[in-house]
Amino acid sequence: MTFGRGLRALSIASAALITVAFALVFFYAPNDADQGFIQKIFYVHVPMAIVALCGFVAGGVFAIKHLRSGDRADDLRSYVAIHISLVLAVGVLLTGSIWARASWGHWWVWDEPTLVSFLIVFLLYACYQPLRFSIEDPERQARYAAVFAIVAGAFVPLNFTAVRMAESLTHPRVLSTTGGAMPGEMRLTFIVALAGMACLFVTLWRYELASKSASIQLRSLKRRLAGDDGLAPLNRSAAPQHL
Amino acid sequence: MRATVSALIRKDLRLELRAFESVPAMLMFSVSTFVLFHFGLDRSSLAGDLAAGVLWVTLLLAAVLGMNRLFLAEREQGGFDGFLMAPVDRTALFVAKAIVLFCFLVAVELVAVPAFVILLLEPDPGQALPELLAVLLLADAGIAVVGTLIGALGVQTRARDLIVPLIALPLLVPVVIAASEASAPLFAAGGADAFPARWLVVLALYDAVFGLLAYAVFDFLLEE
Repeated sequence: MTFGRGLRALSIASAALITVAFALVFFYAPNDADQGFIQKIFYVHVPMAIVALCGFVAGGVFAIKHLRSGDRADDLRSYVAIHISLVLAVGVLLTGSIWARASWGHWWVWDEPTLVSFLIVFLLYACYQPLRFSIEDPERQARYAAVFAIVAGAFVPLNFTAVRMAESLTHPRVLSTTGGAMPGEMRLTFIVALAGMACLFVTLWRYELASKSASIQLRSLKRRLAGDDGLAPLNRSAAPQHL
Repeated sequence: MRATVSALIRKDLRLELRAFESVPAMLMFSVSTFVLFHFGLDRSSLAGDLAAGVLWVTLLLAAVLGMNRLFLAEREQGGFDGFLMAPVDRTALFVAKAIVLFCFLVAVELVAVPAFVILLLEPDPGQALPELLAVLLLADAGIAVVGTLIGALGVQTRARDLIVPLIALPLLVPVVIAASEASAPLFAAGGADAFPARWLVVLALYDAVFGLLAYAVFDFLLEE
C-alpha cells in the first residue's frame, strides 16, 4: 500500500495556500469596524473549526467503508482523520477562547451555541482513543472504533441543530444562508484561508497515513527476517497496528 | 423476529424480577442524588429551569448505571455466545435490549419522579401531567436507544464502567437540552407556562435518527 504518492506537490500547494492566506489576512483584508485587529483570528479559527468538523465526518465515512469492506486501510484512514481533527479541535477551542475574551470579555460564553456544540463534539471525540485503547483484539478494535466513528459522525450535525435551537445570537453566522454580511475582501480572504486549512489537513493526513503504513510494513519485513521471536512485542496502542 | 424479541425481553425482565440487579440501584441512586442536590444547592424547593435541570441530570446519570449493567450477564455468563449460535436475527438483541432499558427507565421514573415532586419541586405539576409524560417517554426512548448501543460497545472493553459514561454523556446532551427546555415551563412557579412543543419534535427527531443508526450498526458489535 503506497500512501506517499503525490505528497510533495500537496505539501507545496498547502504551504503556498497558507502563505497566501496569511498575506491576505495581514495586508489585504480590512480591519473589522467593531472589533479591530483581533477579529483577524477569525481567519484561523473558523476554517480550522470547519475543517475539523469535516474531518470528523470524513472519519465516519471511512468507518462505513471499513465496515462494508473489512479493509484495514480504511480503518487507518478513519483513525488518522479523527486524530488530526482532534488536534485541530484543540486549536479551535483555544483560538475561540482568545477571540471570546477579546470581543465579549470572557474566556468562555455559555449562551453561545456554536462554541458549546463544538465543546460537546470535542468531548465526545476525546473518548475515541480511550475506546480504541481499551480493546485489545485488533479486529474488534477496528470494528468497534468504526461503529463509534459512524455514530459520532452523525451526531455532529444533530448536536449543532439542537444546541442552536436553544440559542442566543452572539456568535457571528459566517455561513448563514444569506452569506453573512462580509464585504468582498473579507470573503475572499476567508475562502483562501479555508482552502489553505483544508489543504493542510489533507497533507497532514496523507503524511500520517504514509508514516503509519511504513512502520507497519517495516515491522512485517522485520518479522520475515527475524521471525516472531526476534521482534519486540507490540505495545498496546490506540492506533491500528496491522494492515 | 418478534418471537425472538419477546423471548429476550421476557428473559431480561424475569432476571431483573428475580435478582433485582439494576432498577433498585438506579432508583436509590436517583433519590440519593436528589438529596445531594438539596444540600449542594442549599434549597428546600426548586422551580422552573433549575428543577428541570436537576431532574434530567439525575435521571440521565441513573440511566448510565443501567447502561453499564445492561449487557453484563450476556458477557460474563456466555449469553453472547449462546445468542450468536441461535439461528435468529441479530438485530433482535438490539430491539429487545432497547425495550428492556426503556422499561427499566419507566420503572425508575414511576418512583423517582414522584419522589422528586415531593422532595424538591415547589409547584404542583398535576395539571401539566400529560405534557410531562410525553417528554419523559420521548426522552426515555432516546436514552434507551443510545444507551443500548453504547452499553454493547462498552461491555467488551477493558474499562467498561469508564467508557460507557464518557461516550454516552456527550451523546445524550441533546436529550438533556430538549427535555429540560421542554419541562422547565411545566415546573414554573405559580402554575405551568405555555408548553414549547417544538422540543418534543427535537426529541422525536433524535429518537428516530439514533434509532435507525443504532439499528444499522448494532450487528457489527456482535460479529465474532
